[in-house]
Amino acid sequence: MSSAAQGALGALPAPGPLQRLSNALYLHPRLLLLLLLTPPLLWLGVIYLGSLFSLLLQSFFYIDEFSGVVVREFSLATYHQLFTLANFDIILRTSAMAAVVSVAAAALAFPLAYYMVRYASTRMKALLYLGVMLPLWSSYLVRVYSWKLILAKEGILTWLAEQLHLTWLLDAVLALPVIGGPSLSTSDIGTFLVFLYVWLPFMILPVVAALERVPRSLIEASADLGAHPGETFRKVIWPLALPGVVAGSIFTFSLTLGDYIIPGIVGSSHPVIGQAVYAHQGTAGNVPLAAALTIVPIAIMAVYLSVAKRLGAFDAL
Amino acid sequence: MRSSQRPRAGWGLKAGAVAVVLFLHVPLAFIVLYAFSSDAKTFSFPPPGLTTRWFGIAFARQDIRDALGLSLEVAAVSTLVAMVLGTLAAAAVWRSRFFGREAISLLLILPIALPGIITGISLRSALGLLDMPFSFWTIVIGHATFCVVVVYNNVLARFRRSSFAQIEASMDLGANGWQTLRYVILPSIATALLAGGMLAFALSFDEVIVTTFTAGQQSTLPIWMLTELVRPRQRPVTNVVAVFVITVTFLPILAAFYLSRDTHEVAGSGK
Repeated sequence: MSSAAQGALGALPAPGPLQRLSNALYLHPRLLLLLLLTPPLLWLGVIYLGSLFSLLLQSFFYIDEFSGVVVREFSLATYHQLFTLANFDIILRTSAMAAVVSVAAAALAFPLAYYMVRYASTRMKALLYLGVMLPLWSSYLVRVYSWKLILAKEGILTWLAEQLHLTWLLDAVLALPVIGGPSLSTSDIGTFLVFLYVWLPFMILPVVAALERVPRSLIEASADLGAHPGETFRKVIWPLALPGVVAGSIFTFSLTLGDYIIPGIVGSSHPVIGQAVYAHQGTAGNVPLAAALTIVPIAIMAVYLSVAKRLGAFDAL
Repeated sequence: MRSSQRPRAGWGLKAGAVAVVLFLHVPLAFIVLYAFSSDAKTFSFPPPGLTTRWFGIAFARQDIRDALGLSLEVAAVSTLVAMVLGTLAAAAVWRSRFFGREAISLLLILPIALPGIITGISLRSALGLLDMPFSFWTIVIGHATFCVVVVYNNVLARFRRSSFAQIEASMDLGANGWQTLRYVILPSIATALLAGGMLAFALSFDEVIVTTFTAGQQSTLPIWMLTELVRPRQRPVTNVVAVFVITVTFLPILAAFYLSRDTHEVAGSGK
């Protein structure tokens, strides 16, 4: 750097065009800002927002029932279709799945996060952090696939149940109404397990971040004042960590709502929102209904986010 | 609550933490095991025998090589676009205050925060409205859009830790803007840029949802895998490809983690 600076110093008497340009940019930060912002804004603003807008636009078109052709006129007919029993059932089932997955993820994330923040040594903590990050970034499809192996009828879980003489338990679970099925890989329980597995790191990270912000002194004060550890957890740690849990649930909830790959690979024949969207835009050619169906998770997430914001989840992200 | 310097965890908590870590990692181990299974028809456990012959068969398959090639090309081009756009956006947001600054972060995060199916179907419906045919570039457009944010997050975190006085000093010492960029700014963000780029590469290499909407007839490696998962034709070959994908994605992630380990913001926490 110093040689470059000296070279530039030598050129001081007569500033070259590059020098004058850089001076102009340095003296006019607004101009520089404009130059910096234009490419990313053009890309995301035009390509991405434009696409989102075109999707919104198409949801107001409707499909002619006789010809099957999309009519490009403004209408609320497609939205009306969302409230038919079949579509409403899909929306309800998907939201319920997203809620259950979020709660379960929080329950699993908490012990690990708490251990990481309160008890693990620096080295151990870094290792655990990597242990959460690696699955998060490794291949989504491969991780889903691993559960196809595990849940298969001839797979490890069945084998394990046989070894432990628990086949009756597995059969009892599969015989449950609604969530059961012929085998784990074709039941909603299977779908739930895969969702939980794939999205769990998204819950752990914000919970860790939130727990790190709980001052140790508060926990000690609570203990000094005679609170039982359980009481300290309920009255001090949990309320302070709640924003992190809500932040994590934003991911787990939203990702479950929008996913259509996992239920297609492991799951029952009842479709979720994502599968319905995919079917409508693909084979059925009903893009307006597909578009209107995608508005549903966006709307649910908008409500969810506004509640989350009140709970302080954004400060925990 | 104990009062010793570092409190020790109870057995229950320890067991819970270990169980969660195992839950996150054991499933991947099964894929590696099954890649060596001699059973070609089912997923039976325990495997009847072990063999390495599927590796040879998988690497000789032309469709897999083509899919892999396409995935690598798409990931490389998307990463490049994301690195340029993400760095520009980070530089703009770093020092300046302007109208809509908060909205920029939101705009960049949106493609990854909204479910992939929404990004995918929006892009497809836009392509449909514009009558654009699917091509290599439509895949890249989709991938670059959601890759920008990881580069942006990493570079912005680095910018925030570095001092603007460096740039002022460089300019005071007579360096012009280009020299300041080349000798002061780029070296200070290099590792963050590299970490962001690697994560973007991993993200693109693995992406399947948006790609199903923007790819048309071509298949990237994840698309190839998806077709195999939905309609299995040769399970052992799929297992081998899965092991290969695990390896290919782990390496850049470990590298990115290593590059950003001494910074407070760890790469990838914002996926």
